[in-house]
Amino acid sequence: MAETAYWEAIRRAHDEEMARDPMVIAMGEDIGVAGGTYKATSGLFDKYGEKRIIDCPISENSYTGIGIGASMVGMRPVIEIMSINFALLALDTIVNAAAKIRYMSGGQIECPIVMRTPGGTAHQLAAQHSARLARMFMSTSGLRVVTPRGPLDAYGMLKSAIRSNDPVVIIEHEQMYNLKEDIPDEEFFRPLEGAEVIREGSDITLIGYNYSVHLCMQAAERLAKDGISAEVVDLRSLKPIDRETIRKSVEKTHKVVVAEEDEAPVGVGSEIITGIMEDCFFALDSQPVRIHAADVPVPYNAKLEKAAIPNADDVYQGALKAMGKI
Amino acid sequence: MSDADKKRLLREMIFYRRFEDRTFEAYMERKIGGFLHLYSGQEAVCTGVLEMANVGKGKENDYVITGYRDHIHAIKTGAAPREVMAELYGKETGSSKGRGGSMHIFDASQNFMGGYALVGQPFPLAAGLAMGCKHKGTNQIAICFLGDGANNQGTFHETMNMAAIWNLPVLFVCENNGYAIGTHIDRSTAQPDQYKRVDTAYNMKSSQHDGMDIDNVMEAAKTAVDYVRNEQKPYFIEFMTYRFRGHSMSDAKGYRTKEEEAEWEKRDPIKIYSKKLIEAGVIKQADIKAWEKEIDDEMENDIIKFAEESPEPKLEELTRYVLDDNPDPRWIGPLQK
Ligand SMILES: Cc1ncc(C[n+]2csc(CCOP(=O)(O)OP(=O)(O)O)c2C)c(N)n1
Ligand SMILES: [Mg+2]
Repeated sequence: MAETAYWEAIRRAHDEEMARDPMVIAMGEDIGVAGGTYKATSGLFDKYGEKRIIDCPISENSYTGIGIGASMVGMRPVIEIMSINFALLALDTIVNAAAKIRYMSGGQIECPIVMRTPGGTAHQLAAQHSARLARMFMSTSGLRVVTPRGPLDAYGMLKSAIRSNDPVVIIEHEQMYNLKEDIPDEEFFRPLEGAEVIREGSDITLIGYNYSVHLCMQAAERLAKDGISAEVVDLRSLKPIDRETIRKSVEKTHKVVVAEEDEAPVGVGSEIITGIMEDCFFALDSQPVRIHAADVPVPYNAKLEKAAIPNADDVYQGALKAMGKI
Repeated sequence: MSDADKKRLLREMIFYRRFEDRTFEAYMERKIGGFLHLYSGQEAVCTGVLEMANVGKGKENDYVITGYRDHIHAIKTGAAPREVMAELYGKETGSSKGRGGSMHIFDASQNFMGGYALVGQPFPLAAGLAMGCKHKGTNQIAICFLGDGANNQGTFHETMNMAAIWNLPVLFVCENNGYAIGTHIDRSTAQPDQYKRVDTAYNMKSSQHDGMDIDNVMEAAKTAVDYVRNEQKPYFIEFMTYRFRGHSMSDAKGYRTKEEEAEWEKRDPIKIYSKKLIEAGVIKQADIKAWEKEIDDEMENDIIKFAEESPEPKLEELTRYVLDDNPDPRWIGPLQK
C-alpha cells in the first residue's frame, strides 16, 4: 500500500499499460514535453517518446478522431481533453463516430478508445471552464461513461478502460487530482460497471458520483451525529447504471437523496430517480430529493459561484427533508 | 497496363454505373429506404485511384474510408456487390448486417472502414488509420475520399495540419464535383482550387487533375500513392469531376443548367474510356453490348435476388453490437461486493 494522489494513480496506470502493450498510446494537448496539465502523463514522454506520448495541436475534434481511427486498426489510444468544456468540440467524433461505429458496421469494427477529461467547477473558473456535462455523454448509446471518485478507481478503472474493447469516457474532476488514498502496490483492476456502497447505513440512501460522492460522505458523517444512519452509494458508472445496487439500498432505507454537481434538467438525478420509480416505487417512504446546481451558467463571482453549486450542507439539508425533519 | 486489365477496368465502370442505376430503381420501388447518394459520373476517380492502390486482397489491402456516397468505393475495395446491395435492402446478409444502410457500408475483411454521413468526419479517422499503419510498420496506407464541400469543415484544416506534422501515410482524394448539394463551390469556398488550400497552408504535397479520363486519374494517382507509401507522408490529390444524378434522391437539380450538365455528359468517363479502347482496337462496340447483358443477368439473378431473398435482422438482436458482446468481466465487472 502506498499513499497515492489521484493524478499519480492515473500516471501509474498509463505507465504500466504502455509498458505492457506497445499499442497503447496517449494523445492530448501539453501531455508530453510539458508533462500534462494535471501531471497525469508526467515523465512518460521521456520514457516512451514522442511517437507514443503525442502532443497534439488545439484541434480536439480531429485528434480525437485520429485516435478513433487508430483504434479501428488495433491501437489503444488514451486521449486527454484538458476540460470537458473542450470535449464539446469533439462531440462529433465521440458521439457520431466512436459510439456508433461498432453498431453501424454490424459488429465488424470496434473503437477501443479511452477519453479522459475533467468536468466540474474549481475556483472561479467561470462559465466556460466549469461544465460538468456527464449527462450529455451518459445519454449516448455505444459509450461507457465512468466517474472514478478517488485514486483507487482512477487507477483501476483507467486500466480496465484501456483493456476494454468499447469506447470509454472517463470523467475526472478539476478538484480531485490531488486527492490521496492508499492503493495496493501490486497491479489490480477495478471494473467499469457496478455501483458501490461505500458507507453502509439503514435510514437513508445518499447517491452520488464523481465529486458529489464526497459531498454525500461529508453529509453522512454529519447525519450520524444527529443519530441518522446514511448509506452512501457511489454510482461509479453512469453508463450503464447499476440499478440493482440502487434498488437494494432504497429497499433497505426507504428514503433517497441524489446529489449531482450539474444542473438538474435531464440530468443524472432525473435518470436515477426515474429508475427508482420503475424498480422500487413502493419501497419509498418519502419523496426522493435531488440536490443539484442552479440552472445558470457558472458565475465567476465567488459568492455567486458558491450559491450556484451544491455543497455538503445542501446534501445534509436534502437528507433532513427526505427524513421529514424539515 | 495489359489489354485485359484495360477491358476489366472499363467493364468495372460499366458495372458500377449499372449498380447505381439499379439501386435507383429499387429505391423507387421502395425496396431501399433512407438517403441514397449515387456515384454516377465520378466512376473514373474511385476506380482509377484504387486501381493504383492495394485493394481486393482482403486484410492486406490499404485502408479506404469515405463519406455517404460510398457503394462503389466499397465494391472497388473488395466488398461483394451482393452484400452491398443486401445492405441497401437492410438485410442481415448486408455488409453491415443491415444496421448501417446506404451511407454506412463497412467491410472489415477488405479494410473498407466505412461510409460516414457527417461531412468531414472521415478526415481525422483516415489520419488515425494511417497512424495505426505507420505505428505497426505494415506499409499499408490510408486513402480518404471526400467531396469538395467537406473541405470547409474544421476537421479538414485540423487534420491536414496533423497529418503533415506527424508525417502520416494518408492520401486525401478530393472528388471535386463542383457542388455541395445545391451550392456551387464558387459560392461556398474562397479558394475553389482545393489543392491550393493545403500546399503552403499545411506544407503538404498536392495536385489537381482531370477526373473524367481514367488514364489521367491512374497516372496521377500512381505518383501520389507511391509518394505516400515510400515517403510515409500525406498527399492531397484533387480530381475535377461531376455527378450526373442529383445529390440524393430528392433533388430537382434546380441549381444547375441543362447546358452545364450536357457539357459534362460529353465527358462521361465510360464514354471516354470506351472510345479510347475501341479506337485502340482493344475492344469492339459489341463487347460492351455483351457485357451489359452479362451485368444485367448478374444484377438480377445474383445481386438483386440475393438482396430480395435474404432475411432481415432478428428483432431479438436489436441491441446487439452496441457494446462488446463478450466483455471480459475482469475489466467490465460487475463489481464484486
Ligand atoms: C456535418 C454535416 N453537415 C451537413 C450535412 C448535410 N450534407 C450532406 S452532403 C452535403 C454536401 C457535401 O458536399 P461535398 O463534400 O462536395 O460532397 P458531394 O455530395 O458533392 O459528393 C451536406 C451539406 C452533413 N451530412 N453533415
Ligand atoms: Mg461536391
